[in-house]
Amino acid sequence: MDSNLRREIILDNYQDPMNKGLLNDDSYLKVNASSENCIDNLDFMVKIEDNKIVDIRFDGEACAISTSATSIMIRSLIGKSVEEVRAILNNYKNMINEEAYDSLILGELNVYDEICKQPNRKNCALIPCRAIEQILEVLNDGENKDK
Amino acid sequence: MHKEDFPMLEEDIAYFDNGATTLKPKSVVLAMDKYYTEHTSNIHRGDYDAAIITNKLYDDTRKLVKNFVNCNSDKEVIFTSGTTMSINMVVFGYMKKHLSKGDEVLLTKSEHASNVLPWIRLSEEIGIVIKYMDLSSDYSLSVESVEKAITSKTRVISIAHVTNVIGDVRDIETIGMICASKGILFCVDGAQSVPHIKVDFKKANIDFLSFSGHKMLGPTGVGVLVGKERLLDDMDPICYGGGMNSYFEADNSYELKKTPAKFEAGTPPIAEVIGLGEAIKYLMNIGMDKIHDYEVELKKYLVAELEKIPNIILYNKNSESGILAFNVEGVFAQETSIYLNHYHIYVRAGNHCTKMLKDNLNVKNTVRVSMYLYNTKSDIDKLVSALKNSQDIFKIVI
Repeated sequence: MDSNLRREIILDNYQDPMNKGLLNDDSYLKVNASSENCIDNLDFMVKIEDNKIVDIRFDGEACAISTSATSIMIRSLIGKSVEEVRAILNNYKNMINEEAYDSLILGELNVYDEICKQPNRKNCALIPCRAIEQILEVLNDGENKDK
Repeated sequence: MHKEDFPMLEEDIAYFDNGATTLKPKSVVLAMDKYYTEHTSNIHRGDYDAAIITNKLYDDTRKLVKNFVNCNSDKEVIFTSGTTMSINMVVFGYMKKHLSKGDEVLLTKSEHASNVLPWIRLSEEIGIVIKYMDLSSDYSLSVESVEKAITSKTRVISIAHVTNVIGDVRDIETIGMICASKGILFCVDGAQSVPHIKVDFKKANIDFLSFSGHKMLGPTGVGVLVGKERLLDDMDPICYGGGMNSYFEADNSYELKKTPAKFEAGTPPIAEVIGLGEAIKYLMNIGMDKIHDYEVELKKYLVAELEKIPNIILYNKNSESGILAFNVEGVFAQETSIYLNHYHIYVRAGNHCTKMLKDNLNVKNTVRVSMYLYNTKSDIDKLVSALKNSQDIFKIVI
């Protein structure tokens, strides 16, 4: 990807991120994601209905990479089924960790395909991924309890 | 000042993260190297030549510390793993034994986590009450604020001598005098002061002083707790094992050694203690007043230069130390730090373990420049030049 285009997409999502700001709504599942290596600290809330992610919102303080990755991730995941979300998250993680992945299902998230060149920022790019994974775990635990 | 003594500075870097840790002069590294290559041995148990050399270097460091901070005796010097451990030893070894429910401990919101969390934990355990003394508009702590906060229930004041984000120098001699006159225990976190400024344990009436080796040109893994001997005699160790007991028997009877040995269970960080001794010699050779004056002069120069750049926000320009916290307007601190790294300028971004200071500062994260004796005006010029061109920041960091 052209580096100017990459920067433009990241900056647009950093400066005007999607769905920033939390709601006072108990129907959302909530989780905090922070990094042990840097100062990113974001709160997430996710609404899942009929096995589908219908909304994700976030707030907090974080760098350009984690904020933009969160924004792009939100755009990529809303409307997807839990299974589709898992596939996106797994491929995204593999891309960040320099393992085999399918770029076709990642869409705009491909802007982070070179983040591995800055090892200290890999964790920043992974923050939204870890947050959504935690939410899915909570969901899974809840479903198992219901059984 | 003495840049040539620091091998890391042979590379083209401006190292401004001394509040986190400092570079090591060759003499410190060589002394530790010598221990590992010429006289490796444990302490206080060998009768062979290498052990005799090691014992002497280890014990001499205790004397060096005593002279460096001017305490009464080298028995008052305990080697620990660092400031955090020193403070934890005081809180859980002494305070837990001597404080009771409702006793008040005075702290400030600009303390490092290591001088807050042990107290919070103790309040959970035995019900002490933590109170935070008011900070002035420049985030410093005035003597009046200390006096105002003291009540009949105040048993302890525990504060940093120099805080690690604001860099304000507390008047510990006056505060120590107030504590002594009111029977309040005075604990000083010297992590950011002992390396940079003359600290006089006796003159400031300190009861417990904690500091780290690695922030004062020494190695990581070693620190010091200096305590008044009568208090240490009445303090329990929080770690038990070899080297600190006189005997123990199958009927559970045991006797601990005297202060300071009873606080140094297990094999201590021997190489690190020897390295710390070299670091203290290095600092004493230059003179602490000279180091402090030099850092204050550097800071004045840095502030004057940064004030010429319109989009730089300074948070503590008047504090009399080598610490300056700032932000580039509209830029997250971490981006600034990554940007500066591009020019081999090493700073720290974050909340610097003072997570409560945001209540006063109204900002969670800052970029911190913390200077030491080997920084130069040329390092500052390099930083200022990079910040002047910070409109390119995102071209560099993304």
